[in-house]
Amino acid sequence: MANAAVNSGNPIQKSFANPRIRKRWQTWYSLVAFLYMYLPIAVLTIFSFNKSPSPSQWTGFTWEWYSKFLQNPTLLAALTNSLSVALVAVSISAVLGTITAVGLARYYFPGKSLYRGTTYLPLIMPDIAIAVATLVFFAAIKLPLSLATIVIAHIVFCLAYVTVVVSSRLSNIDPKLEEAALDLGATPIQAFTRVLLPQLLPGIVSGCLLAFILSMDDFVIAYFTAGVGATTLPIAIFSSLRSGGVTPELNALSVLLIIASGSMAAIAEIVRGWGKH
Amino acid sequence: MTVSNPHDLEPNPDASQRSSNAPKWLEPLVLLFPTGFWLVAFLLIPTLLILVQSFVPFGKTEFGLDNYQQVFKYVGGNFIYLVVVWRSLLYAAIATGFCLVIGFPVAYWLAIIAPKEWRNILLLLFVLPLWTSSLLRSYAWITILRPTGVLNSFLNLIGLSGINVLNKAEGVIIGMIYTYLPYMVLVLYTSLEKLDLRLLEAAADLGANSRQAFWQITVPQVSSGIIAGTALVSITSFSDYINPQLLGGPGSRTIASIIELQFLGASSNRGFGSALSMVLILAVTIVIALLIKYGDKRVVTDG
Repeated sequence: MANAAVNSGNPIQKSFANPRIRKRWQTWYSLVAFLYMYLPIAVLTIFSFNKSPSPSQWTGFTWEWYSKFLQNPTLLAALTNSLSVALVAVSISAVLGTITAVGLARYYFPGKSLYRGTTYLPLIMPDIAIAVATLVFFAAIKLPLSLATIVIAHIVFCLAYVTVVVSSRLSNIDPKLEEAALDLGATPIQAFTRVLLPQLLPGIVSGCLLAFILSMDDFVIAYFTAGVGATTLPIAIFSSLRSGGVTPELNALSVLLIIASGSMAAIAEIVRGWGKH
Repeated sequence: MTVSNPHDLEPNPDASQRSSNAPKWLEPLVLLFPTGFWLVAFLLIPTLLILVQSFVPFGKTEFGLDNYQQVFKYVGGNFIYLVVVWRSLLYAAIATGFCLVIGFPVAYWLAIIAPKEWRNILLLLFVLPLWTSSLLRSYAWITILRPTGVLNSFLNLIGLSGINVLNKAEGVIIGMIYTYLPYMVLVLYTSLEKLDLRLLEAAADLGANSRQAFWQITVPQVSSGIIAGTALVSITSFSDYINPQLLGGPGSRTIASIIELQFLGASSNRGFGSALSMVLILAVTIVIALLIKYGDKRVVTDG
């Protein structure tokens, strides 16, 4: 593919003899791929400033859709719900996921690989299957659906992401430091909070950011486990898309969300950088 | 999940015992029980529950295979549900193929050609759209693909006639390719990053042309990454709900939409929905089993 296509029309070995041709071709190709990735985002951004509510023509610049979004009680309530679900689910997952990663690194016990496999399961199982299973379970134990049921379901996958990210961080940490602290008279709790935890922090933060973004973005699981009135942002967006009542407010919202998650991604990358040197 | 006494895995496993009198099994229990409990209670038991429910035919109380037989239901000259399963497989296969073909050169460029100090940033930039709302990304494609949308305005501008792909298979597949391309690039990048370039130089020195070098040196070295990326994208696109729902029409519904209808739709039949979910889980399990056998396991284990 990559090299073969460049070679067409060239004498054999030419492209290896002249790597600049190959590089130039692939650089242009990659540029096009980058543009492709940003095309939908660019379209959303442009139309969020379009005076006309129709996305087919440009009629002038306006901030109107941003102020309309900020005054839209349905979308704002949904945003608040989403943020609350994500914050609660991620906080609980941060604690549970971290201690799980530590426990998995520290102990051997029968059935450990089964345990580990179960923690990976939410990453592999299709969302729709998790959603359906959770819904059936809540119905079976007669738990009324609400925001809390979304939180319970979100903890399942947030937990998995935090555990995986912290585990991979943990595998790069020298266990001797914690042992040294213990040898020097620290209690296990002191050794954990003062030695291990600071080293794990970049992993915990990036795991949490990932889980937060995924929780904010989850539609399918929330859609199945949400009670009446427990509308999260993706549910609100989906219902307005499905009802066809699409307004440019959604464009404005997308741009704000993109800026927010872009900054979070940047933070995650910087935090990841802390640990690597 | 039972937790027994810790074994000697680390050089100093008793260190934590020195200053506390707690029994040995207490610490692992405290560390590992909460997560174990949560996953058993809210993932494993629910999954077993739909497995059981999939064997309970609609309106009955005793077990039977009716729900699975319904998958093969034949109405008016059509296998109405088998067609949907086949369609989901087809969309997933096409989307995965395109992601691989489009993504490979990009991953290659990012991992090998791009300036070293920029690689991480460029990779982050490429996958950044993943961090935005997936619904709004699909919505953006509606804006682009609709009959009076951006694409057709552009085509008219350069003198071509417009095309209509929205609410059809093409629209769904375009959305899927866009959604899953970053995942493919991420996985391929991890694999290509470790490519031993000296082998390529050696091949060139020994007279291999670049086509030979590519197929005989590069591809075998990154084959585990290719398998892992293919597995990841085919699993997620096979069970995709959002793209078929937003960019497709009634003729391009996939298995996830049918499952949703069985639970939240008017024609609800939870037993049948559970059976379809088990089909989905089975398909994913097969792919994962193949991946573990032939692929790069780290992709599964490192997320």
